[in-house]
Amino acid sequence: MDVLLLSRIQFAFTAAFHYLYPPLSIGLGVMLVIIEAIWLKTKNPVYHQMARFWTKVFALTFAIGVASGIVMEFEFGTNWATYSRYVGDVFGSALAAEGIFAFFLESGFLAVLLFGWDKVGPKLHFFSTCMVCFGAHFSAIWIVVANSWQQTPAGYHIVGEGLNARAEITDFWAMVFNPSSMDRLSHVICGAWQAGAWLVVSVSAWYLLKGRYTDFAKRSLKIGLALALIASLLQLVTGHDSAEGVAKNQPAKLAAFEGHYEANGPAGMYLFGWVDEDGQQVKFGPNIPGLLSWLVHGDASAPVTGLNAFPKEDRPPVNFSFQMYHLMVAIGVGLIALAVFSVIMLWRGKLFEHRWLLRILVVAVLGPQIANQAGWFAAEVGRQPWIVYNLLRTSEGLSKVVTANAVLSSLIMFTFIYTLLFAVFVYLLNHKIQHGPDEADLLPTGRLARIMEEPRADA
Amino acid sequence: MPEVEFSLNLVWFILVGMLFTGYAMLDGFDLGIGALHLFTKTDEERRLMLNSIGPVWDGNEVWLVTGGGALFAAFPMVYATVFSGFYLAFMLLLCALIFRAVAIEFRSKQPMRWWRQMWDIGFSAGSFLSALLIGVAMGNIAWGVPLNAEHEYAGTFFDLLKPYPLLIGVTTVALFMMHGAIYGVMKTEGELHDRLRGWVNRCIIFFIVCYATSSMATLLYLPHMTETLKQYPAFFAVALLNMLAIANIPREIHKGRDFNAFLSSCAAMLALMVLFGVGMYPNMVFSDIAPENSLTIFNAASSQKTLGIMLIIALIGVPIVLTYTVCIYWIFRGKVKLDRMSY
Repeated sequence: MDVLLLSRIQFAFTAAFHYLYPPLSIGLGVMLVIIEAIWLKTKNPVYHQMARFWTKVFALTFAIGVASGIVMEFEFGTNWATYSRYVGDVFGSALAAEGIFAFFLESGFLAVLLFGWDKVGPKLHFFSTCMVCFGAHFSAIWIVVANSWQQTPAGYHIVGEGLNARAEITDFWAMVFNPSSMDRLSHVICGAWQAGAWLVVSVSAWYLLKGRYTDFAKRSLKIGLALALIASLLQLVTGHDSAEGVAKNQPAKLAAFEGHYEANGPAGMYLFGWVDEDGQQVKFGPNIPGLLSWLVHGDASAPVTGLNAFPKEDRPPVNFSFQMYHLMVAIGVGLIALAVFSVIMLWRGKLFEHRWLLRILVVAVLGPQIANQAGWFAAEVGRQPWIVYNLLRTSEGLSKVVTANAVLSSLIMFTFIYTLLFAVFVYLLNHKIQHGPDEADLLPTGRLARIMEEPRADA
Repeated sequence: MPEVEFSLNLVWFILVGMLFTGYAMLDGFDLGIGALHLFTKTDEERRLMLNSIGPVWDGNEVWLVTGGGALFAAFPMVYATVFSGFYLAFMLLLCALIFRAVAIEFRSKQPMRWWRQMWDIGFSAGSFLSALLIGVAMGNIAWGVPLNAEHEYAGTFFDLLKPYPLLIGVTTVALFMMHGAIYGVMKTEGELHDRLRGWVNRCIIFFIVCYATSSMATLLYLPHMTETLKQYPAFFAVALLNMLAIANIPREIHKGRDFNAFLSSCAAMLALMVLFGVGMYPNMVFSDIAPENSLTIFNAASSQKTLGIMLIIALIGVPIVLTYTVCIYWIFRGKVKLDRMSY
């Protein structure tokens, strides 16, 4: 195998693995803030127990997120050195800002969140939880800004020629607010909120099915479901905005998402299908004529740029982008339906009676994870063959001095370590869930106990 | 050797150096605790070792991440050349860092003996290897590596394992072990505390032997590392301070002023990094086959505009970071105690 393919596989694999965790941290971070706020307000000890339990789950995902995140930061330099030289001036500043503004905040206050229960007062603890949550969101901001700049470069100029060419910042804020960054950021954050919210819903539903910790589980489920509903509905908006942005800024990517070849004709949308890339058509798929034209331009007969408008070497892999995009959309819509339906059932007081629904909620945790992964695959594969859109090809971004054998060995190493890591993660997560919330956590200790001496709001 | 003039490039050379110094001072002690971990015997002692760094180790590792990010932003050529050139070495470092992080997190989650033994070894070996590899990388940068006209690394993985870089690697391990032992003394009490006090002295001897050897090697074989020092003799004061700081450690330990000993160790690290930076200036990666191919703070840097923007980011961010880092260390001051939230 050649070094380009190996490097791409390694980057995709390590990024995909890494991306299992940060969305959970972001989503659980929001959950923790809500839970602790309710605790401070009501002083009901079950929310303290809840905060302690979900904090432990948070810590687990955070630890693997950090460990696999360092890999990502090194990999730009190790495998994509030419790319790093080309974009360092622009991309590097976003990455450094992420370190300074986000990671320090997150990791610093996580110490208080995890180990400070007995050492600080309740308000300072709540403040720390908020800081961890902010930190998680800041890191999403900067990394998505950096990635969006690769998709829709702005605020830069190219200096030098040939091998020495590189992008330099001309306008920092234009770089930060490049055409796709805000759409994609909101889309990513809603996806992350769903990841955290559905995890809480899933574990709680499982407890309810088993008849364990019922009070704890019902309350957790309600909070989780509320966030899941809000995030999944918002996702509809951010998803639509992102698609419009792709239509405008990366027409080849949008055309690949829908398998739309005709250079300049009205386009429909497929519910599903299989793209025959040689025959340039979508097979087996029910087509809704004009829908893409309507969604993008508000007119069902308006032309949408198709793949044939681009030379072959400038087109992304069509079928793969198509499948990933459709998978993401299908799951996204499914999650909206599930969230709305569950909330209605909850409203009617019937949610906890229907075991089949609880079973679906247990499995629902996989939904946002698969959709998040598929969405990133669609976004990144759809960007091909460019590493920086219309500026630098992925094949040109490689490290020149790294051999295929070196990448193969590191790929084997990562496969081994990450398999082990994942197994350990699942094992420990399962262990924590089986063990359940701690009875002792119903009684806060140390300085946190002070809050219990004050009168309860719901007493 | 050009006159040292003020420039944004110099500011960023110093700032990146500060980030890596911060990394050495902070992650240095938890890597050191890791390297010493297997010398402790009972499960309780090992838990105390782990929990002494428990709340702070991943914050410490962030200094490496931020240092890497700052290097990427301010000197992308250095970032690209070093990371791709030292490919396998960095992959090993990543492997070690991951193993170590996971081991800390997972060791105490299960009571089985084999489980804990396995993660203890993972934690200790990962810490040791990380310290060694960081040292080897720095040693290579000082010794010089073959860079071609495009500033790309033109050697192999095994070219990185020359005696001098290996010596710097071992010196780094010794330094971190000494630093970790002092931190351990500060954070523990009772029997473990007394034992760690004994280890500090052994670690200091180990470190001084390594330090003296590598200083001699540097003076003998690396004339380019001493040019700036010769030009600006005032920097010799730093070398003197370095020796005084190291000599002060056993004195403070003897008097039971553990925190002062830790500060002395930090001061010694700072002085070492200053000497390293002064020695390297203006090079960031020295090319031993053709010095004109070296990456310097001028030919490897981002544009002046970007360096300016980054400086604003640093001026806003760093004071905030320092403030709450100090606050968090303050919250977790004092001796480590095991409770049910512990590792």
